[in-house]
Amino acid sequence: MSFSWMAWTLPTALFFLTILALLIGMSVWEYFAPGGAPRVGILRFETTRGDRLFISLLGAAFIHLAWLGLIGPNLWWALALAVVYAIGVFRFV
Amino acid sequence: MEKTWNNKAWFLVLPVLLLVAFSAAIPLMTVVNYSVQDTFGNNAFFWAGTDWFDDILHSARFWEALQRNLLFSFIILAIEIPLGIFIALNMPKKGIGVPVCLVLMALPLLIPWNVVGTIWQVFGRVDIGLLGHTLAALGIDYNYVRDPLDAWITVVVMDVWHWTSLVVLLCYAGLVSIPDAYYQAAKIDGASRWSVFRYIQLPKMKRVLLIAVLLRFMDSFMIYTEPFVVTGGGPGNSTTFLSIDLVKTAVGQFDLGPAAAMSIVYFLIILLLSWIFYTVMTSSDADN
Amino acid sequence: MARTIKYKPAGNLSWLVSTIYIIFLLLPIYWLVNMSFKENSEITGAFSLWPQNPTLRNYMVIFTDPSWYNGYINSIIYVALNTTISVLAALPAAYAFSRYRFLGDKHLFFWLLTNRMAPPAVFALPFFQLYSAFGLIDTHIAVALAHCLFNVPLAVWILEGFMSGVPKEIDETAYIDGYSFPRFFVKIFMPLIASGIGVAAFFCFMFSWVELLLARTLTTTAAKPISAIMTRTVSASGMDWGVLAAAGVLTIVPGALVIYFVRNYIAKGFALGRV
Repeated sequence: MSFSWMAWTLPTALFFLTILALLIGMSVWEYFAPGGAPRVGILRFETTRGDRLFISLLGAAFIHLAWLGLIGPNLWWALALAVVYAIGVFRFV
Repeated sequence: MEKTWNNKAWFLVLPVLLLVAFSAAIPLMTVVNYSVQDTFGNNAFFWAGTDWFDDILHSARFWEALQRNLLFSFIILAIEIPLGIFIALNMPKKGIGVPVCLVLMALPLLIPWNVVGTIWQVFGRVDIGLLGHTLAALGIDYNYVRDPLDAWITVVVMDVWHWTSLVVLLCYAGLVSIPDAYYQAAKIDGASRWSVFRYIQLPKMKRVLLIAVLLRFMDSFMIYTEPFVVTGGGPGNSTTFLSIDLVKTAVGQFDLGPAAAMSIVYFLIILLLSWIFYTVMTSSDADN
Repeated sequence: MARTIKYKPAGNLSWLVSTIYIIFLLLPIYWLVNMSFKENSEITGAFSLWPQNPTLRNYMVIFTDPSWYNGYINSIIYVALNTTISVLAALPAAYAFSRYRFLGDKHLFFWLLTNRMAPPAVFALPFFQLYSAFGLIDTHIAVALAHCLFNVPLAVWILEGFMSGVPKEIDETAYIDGYSFPRFFVKIFMPLIASGIGVAAFFCFMFSWVELLLARTLTTTAAKPISAIMTRTVSASGMDWGVLAAAGVLTIVPGALVIYFVRNYIAKGFALGRV
């Protein structure tokens, strides 16, 4: 049995390591400040910081797709936009 | 119920976690890996960057399949939800009729999906099917193999046949939870049939209706087997929905890269919908 | 007298609505049953509303030809495996979700839901690669594990709904009486949610039984399910309609046999235990 069929590449490995690091980071944050800081933001339902991370990541995925579909293949700008969006989500949602 | 905070509960979840990691997380990671690479032979991969996503997002075939899927889901909801409510309101509430109705109505839900396809494939044929034969005898030109509109009508009627009962059963479950006293109060007030529905029955059904709409939307959004058996996606591409298109690319042609990129776009849409479903459902759980 | 008064539409025709709807549901099924008792010459030749020369030939073909009856055996094997795995794994997890709060519980619950909602088409390709790598293609366990993708979450959701209905005082009393967790779970708790386990098992059975796409992708010959054998016959030239109809009728039988026992829980199962 080998894992070559999974066809790992450095960029995708980095991508998943980043996600993993984010999850670990959130767990550590949760450990030191339990409860998840629930609040009702502009979406008018209660979110915890885990929910806000999920909204940020999902939104980031759609931002990248939209950038690729509408503007062009230079995704660094999309990444910058996604970071701005994530900050917005953590601040206001 | 007040729940205790206990992180040891993770050990109880562990079997499920391992199973789902094996059957969901590893495949999804693989899909992400494939989506940025090209392959010519067995296990020889080349970096392709975002080319496949670029292709998908600019491919007319993908957008047409997506539009067909959305149109299909919309038609399905527009028919099944009102019809389901109407039938649930008219179902018997006590006596021998209740189990008879429940059992007979649930029957289509338990039929394997490819057999649902087979049933309608046969039923609609002009030469050997009751429906096709009757329509032909009435002088209606109906042929789901050749005419795209007829194919669409067949697929929609088939889905209505297959899944309306789910809406009926959910609404019925909501209706029987209304205490008799409500109706009696309405009776004393001389409320009309419509206001009973509008102010007593509809509010009680709100939650199950929400579940019904979301479930029907998502299941129709990933429909594969039934139209695949009946029409095979044709005539032409007229009933090729997203799942059918994806399976053609992935398993039929074994185009790993494009299929993986398409899977990811498809999955992201589903993820967004599931999240809406979950949020709506848990916040209405909290209301109750 | 007043107690029996119900609101009904004008003319008291409500029974008619249910009846017409049920006829609409049963007509296509009747047609399939009708065809399964006909000879092929009668199916394609004469158009008749019931079999003129009833025959059991089509059923005989299925029960005597190994390529047909093995399909049923294969389906039953992987469905049974899948139901067992799903319910056994889901029991402790559902207990955890219904009794405790823990780090990331809501997100895990949501992740399980997304797997129930994810289109199997997305997973067909990676599953094929994954099970090829493990040498599991064309085995029953491969299909059983693949179906866990949507059945484990389903079982967790349904069982959690039932377990939340059991008061927590029962757990606490048992612990005070000196029961260990496994003993309490098997001896006291499981009998209390027996109907829930039954419903969860029924729905795992059903969703695994009706699924075609993954089962077909992961099997070639040795573990090929009945549903895949049926589609192969459809694409072949010179259709044997009678046998196809008989095969279809036989796949409906298991669901039809047990549906009476779960009639009050059907809505609950489809709504992931949330009714």
